[in-house]
Amino acid sequence: MVTLKVNGQDHAYDGDTTVPLLWVIRDELGLTGTKFGCGKGLCGSCTVHLDGVAVRSCQMAVSEAGGKAIVTIEGLDPDGNHPVQRAWRETSAPQCGYCHAGQIMQAAALLAATPKPSDSDILTAMAGNICRCGCYQRIAEAVRLASTGV
Amino acid sequence: MTHMFETIAIPPGGVANVSRRFVMRGIVGSGALVIGASVLPRPAMSAWSTGAGKMPGGTINDPHVYVAIDPSGLVTIITNRSEMGTGVRTSLPMIVADEMEADWSRVRVAQAPGDEKKYGNQDTDGSRSVRHWVEPMRQCGAAMRAMLEQAAATRWGVAVADVRAENHKVIHLGSGNMLGYGELAKAASALPTPPADSLKLKDPRTFRYIGTGSIPIVDLHDITTGKATYGIDAKIPGMKFAVIARPPVVGGKLVSFDATEALKVPGVERVVEVRAWPWPSKFMPVGGVAVIARNTGCAINGRDKLKVVWDNGPNASYDSVAFRRQMEQTAANACKVVRNDGDAEGALKSAAKVVTAQYYVPHLAHASMEPPTAVVHVFQGKAGTQCVAYAPTQSPGGCRDDLAKVLDIPVENVTVNVTLLGGGFGRKSKWDYVLEAALLSKATAAPIKVVWTREDDILHDFYHTVSVERIDAGVDANGKVIAWRHRSVAPTIKSTFQAGADYEAPFELGMGLVDNPFNIPNLRCENGRCEAHTRIGWFRSVSNIPHAFAVQSMVGEIAAALGRDPKDVLLELLGPDRIVDPRKSPDVADYWNYGDPFETYPIETGRLRRVTEIAAEQAGWGKPLQKGEGLGIAVHRSFLTYVATVAHVAVDDNGTLHIPRVDTAIDCGFHVNPERIRSQIEGAAVMGLSLAKHGKITFKDGRAEQSNFDGFGVARIDDAPLDVRVHIVPADWDVPSSGVGEPGLPPFAPALCNAIFAATGKRIRSLPIADQLKA
Ligand code: FES
Ligand code: FES
Repeated sequence: MVTLKVNGQDHAYDGDTTVPLLWVIRDELGLTGTKFGCGKGLCGSCTVHLDGVAVRSCQMAVSEAGGKAIVTIEGLDPDGNHPVQRAWRETSAPQCGYCHAGQIMQAAALLAATPKPSDSDILTAMAGNICRCGCYQRIAEAVRLASTGV
Repeated sequence: MTHMFETIAIPPGGVANVSRRFVMRGIVGSGALVIGASVLPRPAMSAWSTGAGKMPGGTINDPHVYVAIDPSGLVTIITNRSEMGTGVRTSLPMIVADEMEADWSRVRVAQAPGDEKKYGNQDTDGSRSVRHWVEPMRQCGAAMRAMLEQAAATRWGVAVADVRAENHKVIHLGSGNMLGYGELAKAASALPTPPADSLKLKDPRTFRYIGTGSIPIVDLHDITTGKATYGIDAKIPGMKFAVIARPPVVGGKLVSFDATEALKVPGVERVVEVRAWPWPSKFMPVGGVAVIARNTGCAINGRDKLKVVWDNGPNASYDSVAFRRQMEQTAANACKVVRNDGDAEGALKSAAKVVTAQYYVPHLAHASMEPPTAVVHVFQGKAGTQCVAYAPTQSPGGCRDDLAKVLDIPVENVTVNVTLLGGGFGRKSKWDYVLEAALLSKATAAPIKVVWTREDDILHDFYHTVSVERIDAGVDANGKVIAWRHRSVAPTIKSTFQAGADYEAPFELGMGLVDNPFNIPNLRCENGRCEAHTRIGWFRSVSNIPHAFAVQSMVGEIAAALGRDPKDVLLELLGPDRIVDPRKSPDVADYWNYGDPFETYPIETGRLRRVTEIAAEQAGWGKPLQKGEGLGIAVHRSFLTYVATVAHVAVDDNGTLHIPRVDTAIDCGFHVNPERIRSQIEGAAVMGLSLAKHGKITFKDGRAEQSNFDGFGVARIDDAPLDVRVHIVPADWDVPSSGVGEPGLPPFAPALCNAIFAATGKRIRSLPIADQLKA
């Protein structure tokens, strides 16, 4: 049994705690904004914040996340108005949209740590997040925009 | 039983409350009215004829099917096509809204479930959505507008000529009286659909939304907040989670399995065999063993503990290295002639110079970020066995038909709700994963969500074909290309439908081989025999990828051999503005023009020339560049659209490739949503880079050697082109709309490799580039 603190709410999980946090967030808690893309830490679709740091929830056993503050895309901002989210809409960044929860969580963590990132900071921070539709041009633009104020 | 999405059938001819209708919850306001009544006769007042009528279900343009207005004035417009990133779920309803003079801020979009009888063809594939549906959707909106005007005129007791619909209300021109669409909803929707030939389409100059690019996609907010629902997110209460162990080699089968250890894994509830269909079987499941658990993580752990014995079957010797050699041998000799203008063999013999090159493009995996997945519930309802599916499918109609067959129930008992697709690229035109979920739901009497892990996706894809293309070009003493012989060798997609199919089908030959537009008197195309040993499927832009890579690279090779500017050589090969009609060329059988009439969509070299010139001019072709930099150009017509790309590359001393800029010109005829055209072309550059630089699936012992993004590389933000400039050729309504989703892809790889040659002198003939640029 672990208690997961997700978006400020406690959830009890009574199943196997060796499984990746990703599947418990999605399948047990029903918070499906966090996406599955590779299961191997290669794509960033599953990115959430753990005590404020971007982590790949597919690479973390539920047991490791117990008691820590987990924030998913659903909890990033109550109204979806985090500057990164606004910048994403301003640039119409998504195509299919599937990778964008992970992209946004990654970008939000970058800006929390580095409010004025250089272009190369942006590329380095975002290089772990794959977008198969190829929205990178707009993602880079959106992160820049979010950092300069939307 | 409550589903996350609810679907209520509208009784034909009756008024129905549609507040809970259609897929996305909360999308339709309460009290909306819609009636099912007469369907317009089709085809109706075509501006241009398309092949839409030949698609299953054809087109429907009746507002009684597509539009609902509730008394508050909220307009709901149904979209029948699947959203996988092209923006079509926004673009088609936008056409209806514009024609019916609806205010977009008061429009909601709802997704049609699979029902091609009702909604017309729903197969979102082949870059067909706008080209086949722009006109029916305009007619649908115009009919709705006419009904609203008629209802207002009747209410006021005035002639319909004296009223005008404008921005969500109808105005009486004499008095200035106004009635909102909500007030007219009931009366308007009770009217029969006006006859098609009475409809007046809007003057394009008065469009509010079409062509402006000002409307963001309808799901934008939900995507940024994690609320958008993809197939993998669909929920049915009580559902269980399944992953499946599938035969590792295509054509293999399950011999036996031992689930003892798997069943001991915490959270695992059942282990069930999945029925298999023998290869080739179109899109039927390949069978295997499913592990069903309380969550996907537990199911994956359980699958790891399965002990399975497979019989790998005859494809177990499939080996990409040996297969390539075999294809190259085939291409070295005469093959089946599929086009034969003049005497290419003779002209090659008499040519002053012959340029020969062979190109290789490996298998590719679709690797949509959302893997194949579906949630299905098969249960006993009042009308017998029912099946409700939520699926990210490009083809809900075909999927529904096969669900009915597999479950042996009437098609009316099957509902396929279409979620958003986390990418498709052709993979989700095949519905095997939905059938798997249905079989498991039936076997377990529970709703089942099947998730393909990334390994499942890459190891069991319907791969892009693998190909060897050999071109011999003969040049005379004046430097004019007088002979061209192009041999194409590649396993065919037909092999997924028909055992033993070993030549490219007309639809593959028509994608950049026999439709060669060059002005060369002796032009011969050949196709070599090639057997498939894995499942081959459509991948975004299909055979255009290898064909265009070869043809457009060859143009660069000829230019280099002649010491001439590649753009000049390209324009010279395109020749004078004219129509090229492959049907008139000897030995071309069943020429395939993307399923559309050649008369509407001929091959126009003037349009190829124009996009080439625009891309070159915008890119500053001929401008001075730094050492290690180069520009490369390519042009290609596919999906009836003309696209030219100029890539600007910089290769540093370590052989690292940078792409500072890309200019792409696209001529897709009359277009609806230029902003989404731009995003499709930006994306095509990235996917083009992925396949040019990283992408390959190779087989050893019948199995794919790559299984995740570590082995199957795709472009990332730090190597992607981030300055893609898109130049859309303006077009009026008299230029038929053509494809957008796919045609951006084919010219990218050859433009890139031509640029690399310009920058480094190194000619890439075998994809992916991988480390070929490293010293
Ligand atoms: S799903 Fe976690 S990094 Fe890809
Ligand atoms: S928008 Fe489709 S994967 Fe990124």
